Amino acid sequence: MKRIESLNDFVIKFANVNGTGSASANNLFAKALFRMGLPVCPKNIFPSNIQGLPTWYEVRVSEKGYLGRRGGTDIVLSVNPQSMAQDIQDVEPGGYFIYDNTKPLDLRLLRNDVNIIGIPLTLICNEQYKDPRQRQLFKNVIYVGALAALLDMDFKVLTDLVEDQFKGKEKLVLPNIHALELGHQYARTNLECPIGIRVQTSDKVGDKILLDGNTALGLGAIYGGATVAAWYPITPSTSVVDAYEKYARRVRIDPGTGRRNYAIVQAEDELSAIGMVIGASWNGARAFTATSGPGVSLMSEFLGLAYFAEIPTVLFNVQRAGPSTGMPTRTQQSDVLSAAYASHGDTKQVLLFPSTPKECFDFGALSFDLAERLQTPIILMTDLDLGMNDNMSEPLAWDDDRAFDRGKVMTAEQLEEGVEFGRYLDVDGDAICYRTYPGTHPNKGAFFTRGTSRDEYAIYTERGEEYEKNMLRLMRKWETIKEYVPGPEIVDCGKNADTAVLYYGTSEESSREALDYLAEEGVYLDAMRVRSFPFNQEVEDFIDQHKQVFVIEQNRDAQLRTLLMAEFELGPDKLKSVLCFDGTPISARNIRKQIKQHLSGNNVTPLHRNIVAGDTK
Amino acid sequence: MSYQIPKFRHPDLPVNDLGYTKADYEGSISSLCAGCGHDSISGAIVMACHELSIEPHKIAKLSGIGCSSKSPTYFLGNSHGFNSVHGRMPSVVTGAAMANRNLMYLGVSGDGDTASIGMGQFAHVARRNLNMVYIVMNNGCYGLTKGQDSATADEGSASKKGDANVYSAIDLCGTALQMGATFVARSFSGDKGQLVPLIKAAMTHRGFALIDVISPCVTFNNNPGSTKSYEFVREHAEATGTVDFVPMRKEITTDYKPGFSHEVTMHDGSSIHLYKVDEELDPFNRRSAMITLEDHRESGSILTGLIYMDRDSRDLHDVLETSQRPLNELREGDLCPGNKMLENINASLR
Repeated sequence: MKRIESLNDFVIKFANVNGTGSASANNLFAKALFRMGLPVCPKNIFPSNIQGLPTWYEVRVSEKGYLGRRGGTDIVLSVNPQSMAQDIQDVEPGGYFIYDNTKPLDLRLLRNDVNIIGIPLTLICNEQYKDPRQRQLFKNVIYVGALAALLDMDFKVLTDLVEDQFKGKEKLVLPNIHALELGHQYARTNLECPIGIRVQTSDKVGDKILLDGNTALGLGAIYGGATVAAWYPITPSTSVVDAYEKYARRVRIDPGTGRRNYAIVQAEDELSAIGMVIGASWNGARAFTATSGPGVSLMSEFLGLAYFAEIPTVLFNVQRAGPSTGMPTRTQQSDVLSAAYASHGDTKQVLLFPSTPKECFDFGALSFDLAERLQTPIILMTDLDLGMNDNMSEPLAWDDDRAFDRGKVMTAEQLEEGVEFGRYLDVDGDAICYRTYPGTHPNKGAFFTRGTSRDEYAIYTERGEEYEKNMLRLMRKWETIKEYVPGPEIVDCGKNADTAVLYYGTSEESSREALDYLAEEGVYLDAMRVRSFPFNQEVEDFIDQHKQVFVIEQNRDAQLRTLLMAEFELGPDKLKSVLCFDGTPISARNIRKQIKQHLSGNNVTPLHRNIVAGDTK
Repeated sequence: MSYQIPKFRHPDLPVNDLGYTKADYEGSISSLCAGCGHDSISGAIVMACHELSIEPHKIAKLSGIGCSSKSPTYFLGNSHGFNSVHGRMPSVVTGAAMANRNLMYLGVSGDGDTASIGMGQFAHVARRNLNMVYIVMNNGCYGLTKGQDSATADEGSASKKGDANVYSAIDLCGTALQMGATFVARSFSGDKGQLVPLIKAAMTHRGFALIDVISPCVTFNNNPGSTKSYEFVREHAEATGTVDFVPMRKEITTDYKPGFSHEVTMHDGSSIHLYKVDEELDPFNRRSAMITLEDHRESGSILTGLIYMDRDSRDLHDVLETSQRPLNELREGDLCPGNKMLENINASLR
């Protein structure tokens, strides 16, 4: 039988039951490969549930450094009978299906184009351990040990890692190493090791780190000087505030008094959370909230107030699959339109699209500078894939000379000197006006913040001309904003291509890989990663320079494409959609397939042909 | 429309300890209906702030949406104001108070803004014991949309059109008590003698202070049959007692009848004196306050005055152990841990 042969390049999927402690064992496996110098990309595909339902953990290993999802599975490690029938179907021909053969495999599931490897995990556990919880937990560690033998991993890296992970809980080190050895020993004695897929130590990791985007965002908020965090628990954003709190407890306790240089308020709902952020920012503190799509819907009214009254507001949106409750533990980029135009009336909101943990950190900290400089909401658009999975990333860095940009704030001294103050008076010509913090001066500079129309001095007015003038100034401010938000990253393929791809956020890695596949086939495309909305001039120029642009995104309705068409008044022919919205991260093979379908002259294909359910692998 | 009140004032207007006259605490001319109870409350706020000698710019006044929430324009013109979103004033105040603990936060709301659309935020701000004064200008109806019943309208109370309200009324004082408010009072816009000292006491209280002020709507809810009309409230109000606020530097000269008065020292050293009229009520006991409220509800009278006060209140800053220095005064050096720490974090992630 054919078997897949590869070195340092494969996809493995663990099929587990959630709540059984599999996540930490699977993490151990991925981290060990990372420590062997191999680029890894682990992705947790988990249910909205605490215990008992199927959960998967996919690890991509790629010496070439592809960190997106490739598509397809070379090895499935199955310890969940509930999902076994589907899991075995997912193995690529020639791939490997490793399962717990304590109970014989249902012969109806058997495939003769897949290598079947049995390990009696339950039997080994039952012989070794009395306690049912231990039997369950160590089963996971045992299969990691067996994999180490099957893939020819450096066993010492694993044992060192266990020692690192249980630092301070030394009692747990030996039992875990013992479990690893049990699996390793079994495989070496009873199975053919290694299988056709194997790994060997490499040097492709460099100084990179393995970090989830949400932790990076929490750190970005610490470094960006946020002192007030208001939030309401919602997957997949909760760990942003968890991380902020974890680091705040470390670095934000006043050494003299022991008191906290931060305040975290768990609000009663998302409306309240954003209200608190607006109140704190209005009063001169740096504040943020983190939420997901449903939260953004609830926050919309307040986002309109912050836009219109021009109050700095920082919102981290970790997107998940909608609409409604949708698939709350699956990923999507489907809040682009609801965030970009959040709230009633004419509103436009600033969006940032990070694509790596490093960028989550950088943009997270930058959000506070932008919010105060531009006096408007900054909505950072990450997603579950980036936020909750460990991603290989450039290390985080901070320039110790960096000062916060607190924007245009008039001081008591300026007011005392008689500098004219009008809260909505554009004195500098950039459409950004001066504000004052409450409590600045006994009788100068106070003003009334409101969501109703007002004149340049913040006095209530219903005069149409005043209202219109203000709304036009906000449009001019929109132009100013383009100069401040991060510009796109452009990759020129060097072949004078008239076709290009455009992507953002977590679609980057798979897109890059897909472009390499296409180049191998002689199809060359330029590429641009959009990093913010409003779109900078370079985005417009790039689109102008190409005859056709594929917009790659992870939602059904081609939301960024819609935004581009609306903002640049483009016709529907110029931009073509490449989409994935099944809740799993978009894969390189899927992108290649969709682009090729478009390029094969099949341009009359209706859009839905590409987005038929099940056609997104 | 907002007009500035003419600056011309009598030269002998009394000044407070800071040298400010009452005019320094006023705002624009009100655009509410003539005779609106809310204007009397604005007047009481001006008087209380002047008498307390608070620097006008050290107060932040925030509101939601509605007639009541427009009123902050009509007082404290030298204070920053924030007319936020319907029912959401409490969250905005919470954020503001977290940012700067050194200002006084005065929230103004109405019965629609608090008891309907803002019920959740009202309950939770009380529960968090945020250090603020929360004044409800309670007229039992929606004035700006022409007189629909609100959730505080009493069952059976007739609107201007003559229809009796069929739903049970939400008692904001009872709700606040239940939610953990540490200062609960009710008053009447027509009784400045009671209202001004209550506002002063509320402003000195550390924690969440609710004053539910019955404030008749002269245009839509002042008709016979309404239980929020001037006439009805005057006839049915029963005070728990009177309150006298004594600043910390003033000598106390009045004699109090033993057994019927309490002196309470506030956290800033000032004190309030309570003259009890209602012998049943122990205003420092939440159970007693709840029973007394319920007794008055049953008898159809309106209990006014100080209903409950927790003398050992710990506000949200106490609970969160936030720095004494306002968070909005912290700078890069206080907030940003620097690159060295990031290098350590990076090392732990390899």
